[in-house]
Amino acid sequence: MTEPVIAVESLEKSYGSVRAVDAISFEVAEGEIFGVVGPNGAGKTTTIECLEGLRRPDGGHVRVLGLDPRQDRFAVTERIGAQLQECALPARLRVGEALRLFASFYSRPLEPKPILEGLGLADRTNVPFADLSGGQKQRLSIALALVGDPRLVFFDELTSGLDPQARHATWDLVRDVRAKGKTVFLTTHYMEEAERLCDRVMIIDAGRIVALDAPAALIRALGAEQRVAFGADGIGDDVVGTLRAITGVERVERSGERVAVYGQSDRLLTPILEVLQEAHLSFHDLQTEQPNLEDVFLTLTGREMRD
Amino acid sequence: MSIHGLSIFTWTQAKLYLREPIATFFTIFFAPLFLVLFGLIYGNEPSDILGGRGSMDVTVPAYLGIIIVTVGLIGLPIQTSVNRELGILRRYRVTPLRPLTYIIADVTAYWAMALAGMVLLVVVGKLVYDVRFEGNILNVLAGFTLGILAFLAIGFVIASLAPSARVAQTLGMVLSYPMMFLCGATIPFELLPSSVQRIADFLPLTYVVKLMRGLWVGEPWSDLWLEVAVLTGILVICGVISARFFRWE
Repeated sequence: MTEPVIAVESLEKSYGSVRAVDAISFEVAEGEIFGVVGPNGAGKTTTIECLEGLRRPDGGHVRVLGLDPRQDRFAVTERIGAQLQECALPARLRVGEALRLFASFYSRPLEPKPILEGLGLADRTNVPFADLSGGQKQRLSIALALVGDPRLVFFDELTSGLDPQARHATWDLVRDVRAKGKTVFLTTHYMEEAERLCDRVMIIDAGRIVALDAPAALIRALGAEQRVAFGADGIGDDVVGTLRAITGVERVERSGERVAVYGQSDRLLTPILEVLQEAHLSFHDLQTEQPNLEDVFLTLTGREMRD
Repeated sequence: MSIHGLSIFTWTQAKLYLREPIATFFTIFFAPLFLVLFGLIYGNEPSDILGGRGSMDVTVPAYLGIIIVTVGLIGLPIQTSVNRELGILRRYRVTPLRPLTYIIADVTAYWAMALAGMVLLVVVGKLVYDVRFEGNILNVLAGFTLGILAFLAIGFVIASLAPSARVAQTLGMVLSYPMMFLCGATIPFELLPSSVQRIADFLPLTYVVKLMRGLWVGEPWSDLWLEVAVLTGILVICGVISARFFRWE
């Protein structure tokens, strides 16, 4: 087995009497998109900053690419790229200048031009940082994280403050980073982002790990029901009985023409539609509800993510 | 630390400085403008009180002190603490940029800006008032460099200890403006009452002004050892303090 890109054992960090990170352990493998999710104040940023070498852990062991992020600071920073939360650049620094400046910090940097092209910033090279839109600033921060040709890239709340469209576009950029063979470690407080983007997610709350697995596995482990609801004109008891017989269906509720089918399987929809078609019934207002990471968090902590 | 990296960072810092209109004005254009204004009032006729020299002959080297104090105590602390407040210094910390590269590049950029101010001041003094220069250019440059290094070191101490950019700015101004008037930078020592001159002995800018005026008229270094010693001492002590207390975030 190859050495993990990140290995954390019993990491602890307190601010005064507040335990920001409370003895957490995990490993990240090469080529993963690994996400840390949790509400504000859960310890996400503290964790990522201990990995980046910005903070000194109070206890535990942290290895990044086999090195100590603080003792081997320059060897580690040479091989990682980072986007920090709430990080600005000098207002009058232009995009092209910023890339050349950051490239000069590394011993084997990449050519700035293709990076800017890949991020849709090629026509912005002469624009000062202050004049960029929120999405462009975020893409520039990705470019700066990549210019040193890192093996491991950190994104801390990369998409917060972006509108949904820009957020989805950013997900594609993160997938591109991984497609280039890099490992991605990110934090987010958007559960949907973690679910859609990450290979594995670590849910943390109050400095502790609540769950750590692939998003689909976490949802499956929840054992939560899927619900398919629809209206069907003139549906009779015979059809309801057929629906009840579908594999994975646990119960069917009907009130008038409104029907709701419940079950554990995430493949309920196709057989239900087949039954309706065979019975020559037309349906309307189809709704499906599947459990997601929000439900995982709710079930495991007893609280909503956003409170 | 590579020369390539150092030169890119220095050049970037210098460009950013030049794009700040207020910083550029006070570093490069303020002293020459002041010179022309005061020249209109006093002229440059030889005067007994100034040892047979004209007012402008004495003012040009003294104004070099204004440039030095502005760059060191106002320009550097504001810029450094703003960069810290915006998280820019923190961003550098997650790159392999060496702290020494950062400091050398920063100091070089400020030195170059101050030098540009010096050149413009001297050129204006020469063209408009035909000021007399009796010293050696290299000695004046060396003295100017010692002065700016000492004041940049004080600036780094302010930037290190001030909790915010606002405090750094206030501190820099509170220290700078009295010094400009008490240390012979704007009003020649010869015209100041002796009580003020005694206060001036405790203010660092006095030694910059005395050094520059001395070198300007060709006094040998041996006559200026006190000024050199004081400024070197400030440079070393403030260098040590800021190395110990400088904060990246």
